[in-house]
Amino acid sequence: MDALLHQFFNFDIMMQASPIILRGFGMTLLLCLVVVPMGLLGGLVVALASLSSVRAVRWTTIIFVDLFRAIPPLALLIFISAGLPFADIRISPFTAVCISFLLNNSAYYGEIYRSGIESIGSGQTDASRSTGLSAAQTMAYVILPQAVRNVLPDLVSNTVEVVKLTSLASVVAFAELLYAADMARSVTYNASPITFAAVLYLVVLWPVVRLLSRLENKIQN
Amino acid sequence: MTQYERFLDTFFNPAVMAKYLPNIVEGLLVTCQIAILVVVSGILFGLALALLRSYRWTPVNLFIIFFVDMCRALPPLVLILILYFGLPNVGLTMSGYVVLWLVLTCVLAAFSEEIFWAGILSVDKGQWMASRSTGMSYTQTLLNVVLPQAIRMTIPPLTNRTIAITKNTALGMVIGVDELLNEATTAQAFSGNATPLMMGAIAYLMLFVPVVYLGRYIEHRFAWRKA
Repeated sequence: MDALLHQFFNFDIMMQASPIILRGFGMTLLLCLVVVPMGLLGGLVVALASLSSVRAVRWTTIIFVDLFRAIPPLALLIFISAGLPFADIRISPFTAVCISFLLNNSAYYGEIYRSGIESIGSGQTDASRSTGLSAAQTMAYVILPQAVRNVLPDLVSNTVEVVKLTSLASVVAFAELLYAADMARSVTYNASPITFAAVLYLVVLWPVVRLLSRLENKIQN
Repeated sequence: MTQYERFLDTFFNPAVMAKYLPNIVEGLLVTCQIAILVVVSGILFGLALALLRSYRWTPVNLFIIFFVDMCRALPPLVLILILYFGLPNVGLTMSGYVVLWLVLTCVLAAFSEEIFWAGILSVDKGQWMASRSTGMSYTQTLLNVVLPQAIRMTIPPLTNRTIAITKNTALGMVIGVDELLNEATTAQAFSGNATPLMMGAIAYLMLFVPVVYLGRYIEHRFAWRKA
């Protein structure tokens, strides 16, 4: 038991490692602030394109979505960060993370928006168009607000997944929370820094997960 | 060499392809193997937890909820690193393969418990009362009446979640499991050529595009029959 506490909940080591871990935590928050809005916006574009009246646009979008839903996020990140230099394109780990997250998240958020838009009856479109709103106005003021409200739990749940995914950035040496914690672990030969990082992830995500699971059960009832 | 030839030489080099094809295929097989193991054990474990939860024993339920919340809120990579690097120092050494399987099983169990539980709750109370009044026991009602109806509702969300978690087998690369992504990056490092990465990407697409389509099909089919 003592060995277990010493190995996973060693406060001295946690305190020692706290400056770099907290800096990593800041980087994780920053990364989320960049990739979540990017994904939300990219997803909206993907959703609108997948409902386009031009067949070529619609099909291209479907292929895009299926492609990036099929590749594991870590594989995508590695392919981009290790593959692009071969094409003489040099990018920083941060850029590689942003590109791969944009591709992966747009596909996932896009599917969620699309199912939201499809859940709104066509009567809504007919009614708004007949009052003289343009197609774009109908989408922006009538369909989207209702669609987003319908899929809000899915959007939140996907955002939790995106925040968890930012931990993958550690694999390409971007100095976020898990990277910092793993550095501290390899220096101290002790897993407590990673436990510390886990606690920080929990502080941010546990309340959201609790809320989601209550929401899910409420809807079912 | 023209630009086009250089591109082909870097990303689609036949010599490199021939040399590393066996490694990529081996990696693909390991990925499939872990994926199948995780799907089976994760869903069964999740179903067991949901059934256990329906008995509403408070201490057990608090533990289940805690376990599920942890596995849902923590990034899988964090769990993998804690187990892989922490446990050997307290005298419990597991191979990367076992750690990967264990973590993904727990994560899938957590998500599928939530889905099964929501399904069980969604079955009308009248079903419970009617079965109990015919003399069936609680467990008989749960297994023979409620569960079959609950499972139908859970299939679309369960499929999507299972696909998403199965793709996390790529995380095995970080702790040296010989799965597809690891084989591809190792081959890329040895050959100094991007062709193995391309082969890896193509292998992932061959594996998961059909799965994504299956997921889409199941979603549509069950959504239609529910309406």
